[in-house]
Amino acid sequence: MNSPAPNDQPKSEDTSLTRKGVAVQVRGLRKSFNGHEVLKGLDFEVKPGEVFVIMGPSGSGKTVLLKHLIGLEEPDEGEILIGGESIQSPEVMSKYRMAMVFQSGALLNSLTVGENVGLYLSEHRLKTPEEIERIVAEKLEVVGLKDTVNQMPSELSGGMKKRVAIARALVIEPQLIMYDEPTSELDPLSAVVIGDEIVHLKKRIGVTSLVVSHDRDLAFGVADRIAVIHEGKILAIGTPDEVIKREEPMVQKFLNADLRHLEEGNKRGGRR
Amino acid sequence: MFQNIGEMVVLFWRTVLALPLLWRHRQKTFDQFFEIGNASLLMVCILSFFVGGVITLETGPLLVDHGLSSYVGGVSGYAICRDLAPVIMSMLIAGRAGSAMAAEIGSMRVYQEIDALRTMNISPVHYLVLPRLTAIAVALPILVIFAILVGWLGGAVVCVINPRISVSFAAFLANLRDLVDVKDVGNGVFKSFVFAILIGVVSCHQGLITIGGPRGIGRSVTKAVVNSIVLIVIFDYLLTRILQK
Ligand SMILES: Nc1ncnc2c1ncn2[C@@H]1O[C@H](COP(=O)(O)OP(=O)(O)OP(=O)(O)O)[C@@H](O)[C@H]1O
Ligand SMILES: [Mg+2]
Repeated sequence: MNSPAPNDQPKSEDTSLTRKGVAVQVRGLRKSFNGHEVLKGLDFEVKPGEVFVIMGPSGSGKTVLLKHLIGLEEPDEGEILIGGESIQSPEVMSKYRMAMVFQSGALLNSLTVGENVGLYLSEHRLKTPEEIERIVAEKLEVVGLKDTVNQMPSELSGGMKKRVAIARALVIEPQLIMYDEPTSELDPLSAVVIGDEIVHLKKRIGVTSLVVSHDRDLAFGVADRIAVIHEGKILAIGTPDEVIKREEPMVQKFLNADLRHLEEGNKRGGRR
Repeated sequence: MFQNIGEMVVLFWRTVLALPLLWRHRQKTFDQFFEIGNASLLMVCILSFFVGGVITLETGPLLVDHGLSSYVGGVSGYAICRDLAPVIMSMLIAGRAGSAMAAEIGSMRVYQEIDALRTMNISPVHYLVLPRLTAIAVALPILVIFAILVGWLGGAVVCVINPRISVSFAAFLANLRDLVDVKDVGNGVFKSFVFAILIGVVSCHQGLITIGGPRGIGRSVTKAVVNSIVLIVIFDYLLTRILQK
């Protein structure tokens, strides 16, 4: 779409960065917690600029996988490459701009919403305070929360926190952005806004996006490719069409589960 | 407690290496500094007044009975500045500031705020530990200077009002000036500086390794305070031994 405005260019250290999405490769990733194996050998690849959606039942290890990708957990076995370089080498984390939207939002409770959103820029001194203020307002506007700048996170609802967390990730203008259940606490309208923003961001700055979600509408709406994981293993991987056509019973069960039978039951039983 | 000493030394060292970044984090450092100072100054004064009073009340009659009434000021003044003020005030600050550090950092750990910082490439050592450690390392010695002065005042007041001692205010101070050197005050202040670092490192470290929910935070706070106090007492002995003339 539109190219970044001139004053969106980062000032210092980052001018050398080519602002393009980075590739992610995961090879034979295994992880156990106290003898309980959560990730049982994951292999996949995310291409630069792709929106890659990871679906799977609760407890299947999706959050743990994301934490590995951003360096918060060490793999027991296997390796993770960001832009072709192992995540273990210390420069990688500072070389690429990465952002993660935590499942719980993980806003800093002692800072205001505005300070939270601008934290990356202010701590790394990438912009002047006035510029930060402008960028923060702009990103909060994107998620529909521009009036909350001076509120504390504790004054927000769960869904609002999640949207602030998304704004905080947008501010980083990342090359790799990971969303852990971005729409799980949102109403359908806000979910659409977030879905649009995921696609918009990919088009605008070519960011690579990893989206963990149970939300089938979101997944099939934004995904270039989808992986379904179950009990720490990948059951299916491919474009939305390919995944839908997979015969695998678990995949079908997961993708087609719905509550319509309750509706039927309700009508028949006349409980309401 | 002792299995983590290695980690604490590493944490301390990383904070020292981060000192050049202190100017950047000055706002947070000031905030912490005033929080420690404001929260504790009144308490420090009350506590040290009575500590000075009680040590004089204990030693005064004993000295007077042995005809050493001219030593009352010196003995309690010496004890207050070299040991009582730094140790007791550090314990107080461990309870007030150390517990707050462990609780705050611990809850940030539990609620993934620290993970969020790390994903933004913001080091928790720079962002959280450096301001707190610097603030306490400055604030505690200052509080201890207050404590020493107020403690002496408490001693002097007890001397005057207690009929069994009845040494005049002027005599108390004159003797104190004779026996107690600026070096002795410096000694106490230096000790409190070391204790401040112990409290800061132990409490921040406990906060950072917190696991579990609210109960984990509670456990961290308790450990931070108890371990700080134990270390203060051990280091007090060691420092006294090392600094002895
Ligand atoms: N730090 C940890 N220590 C021990 N076990 C853990 C830890 N983190 C995750 N687990 C375990 O790993 C498994 C997968 O957890 P994870 O949070 O990745 O699930 P998820 O797929 O994100 O589920 P949800 O959709 O409910 O968020 C769970 O069984 C959980 O108990
Ligand atoms: Mg999860």
